[in-house]
Amino acid sequence: MTAIDTISQREAEVVEEFALFDEWLDKYEHIIELGKSLSGVDPEFRTDHWKVKGCQSQVWLQPGTEGDLVVFKADSDAAITKGLVALMVRVLSGQPAEAIARAPLGFLESIGLREHLSPTRANGLASMVKQMKLYAAAMSGRGNEGGQDG
Amino acid sequence: MSAVFSEAEIAEIRGRFPILSRQVHGKPLVYLDNAASSQVPSSVIDAMSDFERNHRANVHRGVHKLSQEATEVHEGVRDRVASLLGAACREEIVFARGATEAINLVACTWGATNLRPDSVVLVGELEHHANLVPWQILSSRIGFRIEKIPALDDASLDQAAYRALLERHHPALVAVQHVSNAFGTVHPVADMASAAHAHGALILVDGAQSVPHRSVDVRALDCDFLAFSAHKMHGPTGLGVLWARKELLDAMPPWQGGGDMIDKVSFSGTTFHEPPWRFEAGTPHYVAAAGLHAALDFLEEIGIGRVHAREQELLAHAHEVLGAIPGLRILGTAPDKEGVVSFVLDGIHHYDAGMFLDQMGIAVRTGHHCAQPAMERFGVTGTIRASFSVFTTEEEIDRLAAGVVRLQRVLA
Repeated sequence: MTAIDTISQREAEVVEEFALFDEWLDKYEHIIELGKSLSGVDPEFRTDHWKVKGCQSQVWLQPGTEGDLVVFKADSDAAITKGLVALMVRVLSGQPAEAIARAPLGFLESIGLREHLSPTRANGLASMVKQMKLYAAAMSGRGNEGGQDG
Repeated sequence: MSAVFSEAEIAEIRGRFPILSRQVHGKPLVYLDNAASSQVPSSVIDAMSDFERNHRANVHRGVHKLSQEATEVHEGVRDRVASLLGAACREEIVFARGATEAINLVACTWGATNLRPDSVVLVGELEHHANLVPWQILSSRIGFRIEKIPALDDASLDQAAYRALLERHHPALVAVQHVSNAFGTVHPVADMASAAHAHGALILVDGAQSVPHRSVDVRALDCDFLAFSAHKMHGPTGLGVLWARKELLDAMPPWQGGGDMIDKVSFSGTTFHEPPWRFEAGTPHYVAAAGLHAALDFLEEIGIGRVHAREQELLAHAHEVLGAIPGLRILGTAPDKEGVVSFVLDGIHHYDAGMFLDQMGIAVRTGHHCAQPAMERFGVTGTIRASFSVFTTEEEIDRLAAGVVRLQRVLA
């Protein structure tokens, strides 16, 4: 990680990448492709305890640290959800806890995925973002105050 | 195409449902989620709007004209539901918020007074959670046992096992759905009722998926309780019905208190109104009653027999075109079904399929359909479910099939 690799730079990269797609089908195909690159969670994390609640599909989230940075591994049994998970991991993993906890994640709106952040969506992206921020907040030793709901 | 309706008649019926002219994601809506909520014709919307504009007032006990009109609408629909179900009298019809609340009402009143720690309640393996969880909640207070009536591989209930369970446990109650919301199976509830009675059990039938689609006569079924919801039969949300035999209702204590459910109230003691009003605490959903009148008008005009026959045609068509798709497996293959087709796709999560179909303007339901034990029975976490209405067309089912083939290419 270089010093200039910030969450907002990663978001800008994703936005640029998604600007290539006009058609919903192309966009979802790309999301599914992103999911295929996700490494998944370690076997001991593939349990109910590490499952994100509120998803019609199953999502597992494995938090960890590398030095001062928070890292995430994640997985899902549904292809689109896995792609969305991969996007979130790509943007947030390996960033400082405080930055994760405070990230507004405006890129989801820019790439036309804001609807997926609605708490009523069955994919649980909102729950996942909340959970990532809670882990980050806990790891930064500041309790839950950084947990911004998506 | 249809032996029941001409193309012009189908077009005319469709024209009554304003929502069917909607576009979703730039494509004409294909609404195949009727088992969750059916759509309403303009006449239902207009009836509720007219009621709000011209008749709105609280029902019962009002001396003024508007209250009398509202009471006539509200109590009038009770008469119509009694006649729809073949009830012995109008007092057998209790209004609730929906089938779920109606079943909870039975659990909290009849169940709480009649079930003992050594009682057994038989519950079908495919039940909607609304006909399982209320019994589990009550069981955690009383301590009675819940035994499962197992399902067979075609999503029918194992009738031999059912009879053995009756023989072994002599249950107090059998709680069973008439039609499976997850798979569409029609269960032989009349036979199940006579077997239950022969063993001294009462039987509660969840009619949420049958009353909207076929003629249901509670005397012919010879059941003891039956519940259904208006929103699944082209009516408004927030209104459901419990039918129960008069002598059962008469013996049941009140559930919720307040409103018109009382006879006389004082701090030294309160006496309660007769059924059905004893079970209708608080202001009822009288606006929905106006809507249900119009929904019943619609069903009577079309004829429930023709609705059933048409939906059988659609079901056969769906089984044919979906069944021909490689990698698609239909769950629920019993011979007697209502217009529901539930399926899974090899290597494709139901959620992904639902997302893709949505983008194509096709509304299906994906997931566990509030019947997680039923999903567990078939070793799946969920299915994709298409459920039909009298306004559904073969072309719409073909669009679903084409959509499935298209999404398989991307996702499989």
